[in-house]
Amino acid sequence: MSLTLSTQIINLLAAILLLIAFAMISQRRILSLINLFALQGLILTVSTCVVAYSTAQHHLYYSAALTLLLKVLMLPWLLHRLIRKLNIKWDVETLINIPTTMLAGIALVIFSFDLAAPISQLTDSVTRGLIGIALASVLLSLLMMLTRRKAVSQVVGFLSLENGLFFAATSATHGMPLVVELGIALDVLVATFIFGIFFFQIRETFDSLDISHMETLKDD
Amino acid sequence: MDNINLALAVVFQLCQSLLVVALAPLLTGWVGQCRAWLQNRSGPGLLQPYRTLHKLFLKEALLADNASPLFRATPYILFGCMWLAAAIIPIIAVDLPFSQAADVIALVGVFALARVFIALAAMDIGTSFGSMGARREMLVSFLAEPALLMVFFTSSLISQSTQLPHIVETFSHHAFVLYPSLAFASIAFLMILLAENARIPVDNPATHLELTMIHEAMILEYSARHLALIEWASSLKLFAYMTIGFALFFPYGIAEVGNWGALPLAIVALLLKLTAAGAGLAGLEAMLAKMRIFRVPEFLGTAFLLAVLGLLIHFLLGA
Amino acid sequence: MDEISILPIDVVGGVILLWIALGLFGLALYRHKSLICNVVFPFGAALSLLLAATGLWALGESADIAVLPLGLPDLPLHLRLDPLSAFFLILLGAASFGVSLYSAGYFKSMKGRVLGLLCLEYHLFLASMALVLLADDAYMFMVAWESMALSSYFLVTTDHKIPDIRRAGFLYLLIAHVGAISILLSFGVMQAGHGIAAYTFDAMRANSLSSFWSSLAFLLALFGFGAKAGVLPMHVWLPEAHPAAPSPVSALMSGVMLKTAIYGLIRITFDLLDVHLWWWGVLVLALGLLTAIFGVMFAAVQGDMKRLLAYSSIENIGLLLVGIGLVIIFHVYGKNALAALALTATLYHSINHAFFKSLLFIGTGSILHATGERNMGHLGGLIRRMPWVAATLLIGVLSIAGLPPFNGFISEWLLLQAFLLSPGLPNSHINMLIPVAAAVIALAAALAAYVMVKFYGIIFLGQYREPGLEHAHDAGGWERAGLVWLAAGCVALGLAPVYVVQKLDMVTKMLLGQGLGNSTSGWLFIAPVDIERASYSPVYFLLAVVGVMLVTAWVVHRYYHGRVRRVPAWDCGFPAQNGRMQDTAEGFGQPIRRLFEPFFKIEREVPSPFDAQPRYHGQTDDQIWFFLYLPIKQLTVRLSAWTSLIQHGRIHVYLLYTFVTLIVLLAFV
Repeated sequence: MSLTLSTQIINLLAAILLLIAFAMISQRRILSLINLFALQGLILTVSTCVVAYSTAQHHLYYSAALTLLLKVLMLPWLLHRLIRKLNIKWDVETLINIPTTMLAGIALVIFSFDLAAPISQLTDSVTRGLIGIALASVLLSLLMMLTRRKAVSQVVGFLSLENGLFFAATSATHGMPLVVELGIALDVLVATFIFGIFFFQIRETFDSLDISHMETLKDD
Repeated sequence: MDNINLALAVVFQLCQSLLVVALAPLLTGWVGQCRAWLQNRSGPGLLQPYRTLHKLFLKEALLADNASPLFRATPYILFGCMWLAAAIIPIIAVDLPFSQAADVIALVGVFALARVFIALAAMDIGTSFGSMGARREMLVSFLAEPALLMVFFTSSLISQSTQLPHIVETFSHHAFVLYPSLAFASIAFLMILLAENARIPVDNPATHLELTMIHEAMILEYSARHLALIEWASSLKLFAYMTIGFALFFPYGIAEVGNWGALPLAIVALLLKLTAAGAGLAGLEAMLAKMRIFRVPEFLGTAFLLAVLGLLIHFLLGA
Repeated sequence: MDEISILPIDVVGGVILLWIALGLFGLALYRHKSLICNVVFPFGAALSLLLAATGLWALGESADIAVLPLGLPDLPLHLRLDPLSAFFLILLGAASFGVSLYSAGYFKSMKGRVLGLLCLEYHLFLASMALVLLADDAYMFMVAWESMALSSYFLVTTDHKIPDIRRAGFLYLLIAHVGAISILLSFGVMQAGHGIAAYTFDAMRANSLSSFWSSLAFLLALFGFGAKAGVLPMHVWLPEAHPAAPSPVSALMSGVMLKTAIYGLIRITFDLLDVHLWWWGVLVLALGLLTAIFGVMFAAVQGDMKRLLAYSSIENIGLLLVGIGLVIIFHVYGKNALAALALTATLYHSINHAFFKSLLFIGTGSILHATGERNMGHLGGLIRRMPWVAATLLIGVLSIAGLPPFNGFISEWLLLQAFLLSPGLPNSHINMLIPVAAAVIALAAALAAYVMVKFYGIIFLGQYREPGLEHAHDAGGWERAGLVWLAAGCVALGLAPVYVVQKLDMVTKMLLGQGLGNSTSGWLFIAPVDIERASYSPVYFLLAVVGVMLVTAWVVHRYYHGRVRRVPAWDCGFPAQNGRMQDTAEGFGQPIRRLFEPFFKIEREVPSPFDAQPRYHGQTDDQIWFFLYLPIKQLTVRLSAWTSLIQHGRIHVYLLYTFVTLIVLLAFV
């Protein structure tokens, strides 16, 4: 193996990221879902640090710190608070059963690697495959949003989708300008707040967070 | 010279087999003890499995009126299969002569052979619990077995060999490399280990007469020496799975054949690893709640898909 | 040098002629039942053995060719015996030896006239299968192929008084003919318009077609042979025809006749066509995977033991197709060593399946004779009444479940090794397909174990589910001989893989120019590529397990005791245990039905809890029948309705049609 240790670590972290994406798909409990999201943020932080160290780009340390602060500490804390207030601890209901979703997930992984293959050819050998993984975890998050019934898990899906994009940005192109990252971070934070407000509204209207109730709005 | 090497290897093989057969109940005892501590009980002690085995061997065997020869032969077949499995795995030394006779695919085959026989024996008496247990065991296995095979495939592809000694050599004696595909494989393997050894989220080895029992339902009609052999085979199976885990994911400290000096170190390393893994298993079992039986296929389906994903990652990332 | 040297092909020809003669002899002697049973069938069996021995002899020889002074003008009948034919002749001979021996006992209870006819059809069936394998021109091939289809059709409809059996036979005949047309068209494409003399296989070998025409010929052949082999979605006849036929016939159809389709596919793909494209392999691989998983899934939910075996045959055909697909892929990318490995696995699995499936089918025949029951839910506990059948079928079950050290394991082992060696193909799409395919194969193999535990456990183990079963009788002498031969074959093929692989090398060398070889010198270890990569020794394996068992038993009995007391079953202290409380076949398959619910069409009537006489009814059907075949049927009916518009029944109108046609033809041609 000619790959350097840092590349190997990044590859491993990428695999773990994908693993977490699959764990999220197969997870029924909302609490574990949020914890997995926090773990995903942590992995992202570590991988950003590794990239920062190996490429000696110091601004990445800032974005790693930002990730840690926002995605590992703040957002999970917010979500925890939210579900405590909304009092939803029960299992997440899925629209499609979990093995089928996992099968679809595997198909998505193959698809995204296929899609990423031409892009990977352009970059250096270090990041080959990483773009595929990042794309796969973005698609998997979308899949999770598709198959869940409860609004909270869709927000988690949305946030982890952003994680996938962030991973693609740091690992493949060694990060975006700090201003952009700050902007995205702010967006995500605000989005979460807005989602939180929406949840309360939805629950007040329907006495439930089951988004299938929204179908009744159509008739009005 | 060649003959001397072969003789040495055979001696190593015999040593390892006897050691495994002797140690396996101790591991079960250790896991049980750890569980007891975690549940705030004092526990029966490490040697309890040996005492149970001795007691069972002394008892008179009761056989149901309509038990066929298949029923009587099964405990011995089971024990033979598990012993064979333990002989294939490089536990304290690589390059065992017997491991050439059976590679990892054959290892999966050995487990399958044992499972088919115990399921058939469970159906032999014709009790409702027996066939229920057999059905559930086969349900667990039809997903766990291909998952295990996929885990083996991932490591075989990395090491270019389906022989466990070569896999161990590749992982332990070459430069340190991180394999992302093994991350998937290891999670899948852990899930398979829990399911195949009747551990907690899937089954509970410590109790029977639960409506969700699997393994215990199959062996309800066994008694005395037959039951003892089955229990011993179960301990051997747990031991074998743990050492497979070490061989695939943590293969450090395994001695090479002829290297007598490394042998004590290998045994110490093995004991340390087993102590840690046993405690870990007990901790995991204490933390998890038992699943409903309908959720088991989902759990194992997840394990299977994770294993496939690991294989896929190997093909895609090339590592 | 005066003596005339006898070639293998002469012996095979002699066997075929003698078979036909035996059949006619049996028909003529229909009054003498015991003569047919005790002389004709055993003599036919001896001929089978001779055929197998000749095949073994011919395997090492170069190809023999014979041209018969019969047939069409400009196209006499060509026969050819090369290693590929020889291998399948061995398969035919060895499997039919056991089945014919068994038939000698099985058909004893039949009425004389029926028996005479059946004897003729049976031997014609054997002879036509041998001729299919020998044919060296398209005409000969099609004649043999059609007589094989017809004789087996008549065998399937032996009990033609039952409407269901007539229906099954018709379905079989229909699909067989659609397939035959497709095969004929494939030959037509390969002949490439060079006149009638170009219908010999030699001429086809010499033709080099463009990739378009090759693909067309290949696809037609795949469809045609697939229809015969039961490949998805042309499988529907298989689970209908196999249960309808008498058991020895099911055994021959499933064990041998399906393999002639595999033979045909291999012959056309690797011998007659010289262009190969990678997507053929992917197509065959994908079809094989679908077929395998479909077959085993449906086998798991069957209640009828012969239907279960029929679905399991579909699964095994799927595995064979996967092997062929791999061979094509490897061959296209120039990895002939790997192609040889995959081809060896395929051929090995063919002969394995011939042995264990024939064994299981004739075993069900004995059960059917002893109990009159095909539904597994009414059987149980037969191990106590039928020890011979139970013991031999246990071997069959362990073999088909792919367990070491029996034969089914070795072919699966070789196939999985082929998958493991596949990385490094230049096509990244195929590289991604490979792990998924390996996973599906592993899943199918594990499900096969489930199916076989169900099959054996429900039929042979437990308590009698119905009162009449206590009087079931074991198989007779001839039947035992057949069962034991096939079971012994399963064990021998499992224990001597090195010998078999050496023999198979002759075939792979002929088709791919490369054999598999064995990198070790001894006969104990099989190591297809390299001893470092993989090796397996079934003999050591068996010795170790049996040795440990014996030592353990000795130690336990020596140092403790061997006392046993017989008591009633415990069952957690529940006293009123009876045979009806065990899992039925349906109950045992319930988890699979639940898991794969979307794939089945399930009809169930569950009784209400207050029903005084509760009846449960459940039926699991094939979705494909409803999605594919019923629309085709409706379309056919509608087309026929349109056609009937021009049908008036008046002779003048018909004459008018003829007249108009004539005018049109004269005007335009």
